[in-house]
Amino acid sequence: MMTDDRTHRIIGILSDSFFPILKAGLYYTIPLTLITFVLGILLAFFTAIARLSGFRPLVALAKFYVWIFRGTPLLVQIFILFYGFPSIGITLDPFPAAVIAFTLNTGAYSYEIIRAAILSIPKGQWEAAASISMTKAQAMRRIILPQAIRVSIPPLGNSFISLVKDTSLAATITVTELFQKGQEIASVTYEPLWLYIEVAFIYLLFSTVLSFLQSRLERRYDRSVAK
Amino acid sequence: MINITNLQKRFNDLEVLKGIDLSIQKGKTAVIIGPSGSGKTTLLRCLNLLEIPDQGSLKIGEHTIQFDETKKMKSSEIERVRKQTGMVFQSYNLFPHLTALQNIMEGPSVVLKLPKEIVRKKALSLLEKVGLLDRADMYPHQLSGGQQQRIGIARAMAMEPAVLLFDEPTSALDPELVGEVLKVMKDLSEEGMTMVVVTHEMQFARDVADQVIFMDKGVIAEQGTPEEVFGNTKNARTLQFLNKIASR
Repeated sequence: MMTDDRTHRIIGILSDSFFPILKAGLYYTIPLTLITFVLGILLAFFTAIARLSGFRPLVALAKFYVWIFRGTPLLVQIFILFYGFPSIGITLDPFPAAVIAFTLNTGAYSYEIIRAAILSIPKGQWEAAASISMTKAQAMRRIILPQAIRVSIPPLGNSFISLVKDTSLAATITVTELFQKGQEIASVTYEPLWLYIEVAFIYLLFSTVLSFLQSRLERRYDRSVAK
Repeated sequence: MINITNLQKRFNDLEVLKGIDLSIQKGKTAVIIGPSGSGKTTLLRCLNLLEIPDQGSLKIGEHTIQFDETKKMKSSEIERVRKQTGMVFQSYNLFPHLTALQNIMEGPSVVLKLPKEIVRKKALSLLEKVGLLDRADMYPHQLSGGQQQRIGIARAMAMEPAVLLFDEPTSALDPELVGEVLKVMKDLSEEGMTMVVVTHEMQFARDVADQVIFMDKGVIAEQGTPEEVFGNTKNARTLQFLNKIASR
């Protein structure tokens, strides 16, 4: 059993550390997540277009990129970029290094989602677009993609929530995001159990809010897709 | 208006169209009937190049195309043919993310790049024509099948095609909704729209068609006026088909 003193100490540490950790989350974790998610989706999107273009060099490039970044651990990718690249003269600050690594990784995973969503739109939609004389590019932009984006909201929402948690890996390259901050405080207070539970709780808070936003978005777009 | 000579189409080993010769006059309504698998939908889809024929030639309006399966068709040429044709699909294929009005406006504004105001006015008058002016801002999923199909017709009309193609436009509809779609088609036919209609609605063919085309096993087995085909055909295959339909 814990003594009253110990309990008081822990409560003190937790309440003192809550806002610094939350702040680290709001200053680093959330921006890192948002920036890399937007960039990653754009990258995934262009990769999917390249893959579906039928133009061989582009198809090969898309496949190669996805092969590399899905087939290797994210942590290793981060380390190569941050600790490895300086030896070939490319030195990156921690935050940009994290952005690049997470973007490339998110791009590779979201690519499959976006590609599948595009392929899920029935052939009849392409034909209807063709029947009003749209070019392939017009059909893609005006008819297929707006529907594919709606289809991909649920799976992309899942990736987004994974990404929030994956950004904790940025701690390994000294980005003072949520987890790193928790770690710092844990190492000076010697209360790892409570600190890490607190860290977990703040992640849970973030992902709960994001899940809620995701489900609202899904409900809004649910019905405007050809089945 | 439409002139087809020796049109052929194969899907792998399956010969679907075995040399079709057909001409359809401007302002007339041609109805294609025949058993399933006879190639009638494929023929229709060849007219706006959703299927590219292997051989033969197709003249639509002023424009003639010679097909050659060894050469890939230029997309600019395909688009030129498509601008002459509008298509109404069996399963409507409306754009689900756009309202009824936007569905109709999409072609003229995106493809023809006409000014928004003109396009809107035109789309509204088409909606009125198909009797759905009060549904302008609804999405396809909020409309009945018959209403969706009437929007489909309006969408095709918005491009001001020289020919309107119908691919079994009422086959996916509940029986009580068939009439409203056929009525719109009948009105168009009477206004002098050139139409090619693949359908199983024999009554419509009898009442509206100027020309009835009976297809069987990839060829045109018989064609003529409704009286000739439905009244006193001498063709054994036509008779067999009509009897089968009548006995349903």
